[in-house]
Amino acid sequence: MTSEYVDALVETASDGISFDGLRVAGDGEYTFETPAVELTELSEAALRDVAAGSPYVTNWYFWHAQTPQKDDRWAFLRRVEDAPLESETDSIHDRYEALDDGVTTTWGQLEITVTLGTAGQREYSLSHVADGADSELHSYDESLQARELARLDDDGRYRPLKTAPTLGTGWEFSGLGPEALVEAVGFFYPATITNWHREQNGNLDVSHWTETMERQSGIYQVVTTWDRGEGHEHVEWVAESCCTDSQCLKRREWQYDEERELETHGGDGVFPCREPCSLVISAARKFTKLDAEPTHSYEFELTPSEKEQLEGLIDAVAEGRVGEIREADIGKDANRYRTRFLRARRFDEDSQLCGVPTEEE
Amino acid sequence: MPDALVIAAHGSHLNPSSSAPAFDHADRIRETGAFDEVRETFWKEEPAFREVLRTVDAEEVYVVPLFISEGYFTEEIIPRELRLDGWNTDSWDSDGTSATTATLTAADTGQTIQYCGPVGSHDAMSDVIVQRAKSVTGDPDVGEGFGLAVVGHGTKRNENSAKAIEYHADRIRGMDRFDEVQALFMDEDPEIDDVTGFFDVSDIVVVPLFIADGYHTQEDIPEDMGLTDDYREGYELPERVDGHDIWYAGAVGTEPLLADVVLERTVEAGADVRGAIEQVRNRTRMAVEMDD
Repeated sequence: MTSEYVDALVETASDGISFDGLRVAGDGEYTFETPAVELTELSEAALRDVAAGSPYVTNWYFWHAQTPQKDDRWAFLRRVEDAPLESETDSIHDRYEALDDGVTTTWGQLEITVTLGTAGQREYSLSHVADGADSELHSYDESLQARELARLDDDGRYRPLKTAPTLGTGWEFSGLGPEALVEAVGFFYPATITNWHREQNGNLDVSHWTETMERQSGIYQVVTTWDRGEGHEHVEWVAESCCTDSQCLKRREWQYDEERELETHGGDGVFPCREPCSLVISAARKFTKLDAEPTHSYEFELTPSEKEQLEGLIDAVAEGRVGEIREADIGKDANRYRTRFLRARRFDEDSQLCGVPTEEE
Repeated sequence: MPDALVIAAHGSHLNPSSSAPAFDHADRIRETGAFDEVRETFWKEEPAFREVLRTVDAEEVYVVPLFISEGYFTEEIIPRELRLDGWNTDSWDSDGTSATTATLTAADTGQTIQYCGPVGSHDAMSDVIVQRAKSVTGDPDVGEGFGLAVVGHGTKRNENSAKAIEYHADRIRGMDRFDEVQALFMDEDPEIDDVTGFFDVSDIVVVPLFIADGYHTQEDIPEDMGLTDDYREGYELPERVDGHDIWYAGAVGTEPLLADVVLERTVEAGADVRGAIEQVRNRTRMAVEMDD
């Protein structure tokens, strides 16, 4: 291992090295500088001596030979250990001290910790932010296994949206290398690293609502009929329904169009959402049809409590709180017994509210 | 720069097993090491077609649609969403079952994309259908004394869908392996509902030409054929219907050998993965009976 990074350093020296506080140059006769030492007129043997065991050299080697070189993956790994994106000139001492204890960051519901391994290598571990030291965790070590963990939530329900805040708990990856970490994160949150990186560089290609819907074909073409150039309240409703942090951890960057921003808060997530996703488009198809229906006046006789219960029920379903309501907590609007009581009292034999038909007879 | 393979499939918002064939075949190909990167991408899941190429490091990417027929998804949706510059429906110069590959540039990333025809219309798919018959009967020599029904949607959805079914039925008929071979459809004649009426032999293997198991292959077709009145109650293998034994295979796309067709598609596009093809065939215990 020692010879590998030293060989690489000697080979590269003639091109000049300047990275994270390390400066090496020369060909046959070398200079070697770090914030702590400044050596000149070194023979190759002397360069090899001083390079062996130098954290500056192993750090340089890690970032150039052991880390994925694709810009976005590299930048992500820098972020993971809280290193500046560009090479730094100061001492890496503080960063290394922090790495000894482990540097932890989050990415959606992922908690990523990096520590120093041997010869400047990094070891990454990955777990769910909600799992603590006393959680019972299943251990994994292959990034492909993340794909399976991302599929179902803790209730065993299918997660069609990978960035929904419903990632299952109770697992951990340890001993991952940089490539494997990036892969695992990619299985949990596909394409988030590359889109985050584009945004960091100011070149995230956002496709707003109108252009995304205009691109649709087949059964989704109908959504364009929803846009009639007279305001975009309907898209506010979509964003409020599907794209807030409670539903998706991506931070919505797409707007109605280039000129008209949505008022609905786009969320605080670390990785951006660059266009309405397939779930939003599918939902919008249904919403388009629902919103095209004309309203109709119905007359119902309800008690004030029943009206409030209906509102509470809708709220509980919309916020995903139904499962939390205790069996005997009759005080809650969406309690099952209480809801069954409402149904028994107010539905007729055709399940119509207060016996009022939906269509006029 | 190393090459990458992207497998493009439909996926589902509702059915968690819809993506399983794409994952399974991708894993089989990963194991061979034939490509430095293998990625799955979906119309309904993530990574989306729109974003998958930017997650791939390679300058040259082979894209193989895990779809049965040449049509709406393979000729319109995937090229549009991958942003393949210069694509048009003539790019494959196909009669509906003869697509090979088109070399294009992805406007999003600048990568060179070898956009391959779908697995379903490749000749090797015929062998996968036969392999499926072997798997479901547990008999590597299945053929004599058996009929084979290849089942698809009808033309109501996509004209080329029926073409692919008939194409493979014809090819398998030409192998002289099964006593009878019949193409059947869900929503047009000849219909799957009357499956036993199309065969004289008593044993019939039924192979639906679908990529993933789901509503059609697990609920519709078994009920339509009379294997069961209610799919939830299940059925035997084989199940006795009108004096015939029906060996119902489920979606052909779940057959491990389909990974071979994915690789064959990339070979057509210039990938040097012959070794991987051998590995996949050996691992899926394919008998040596390929046409080539």
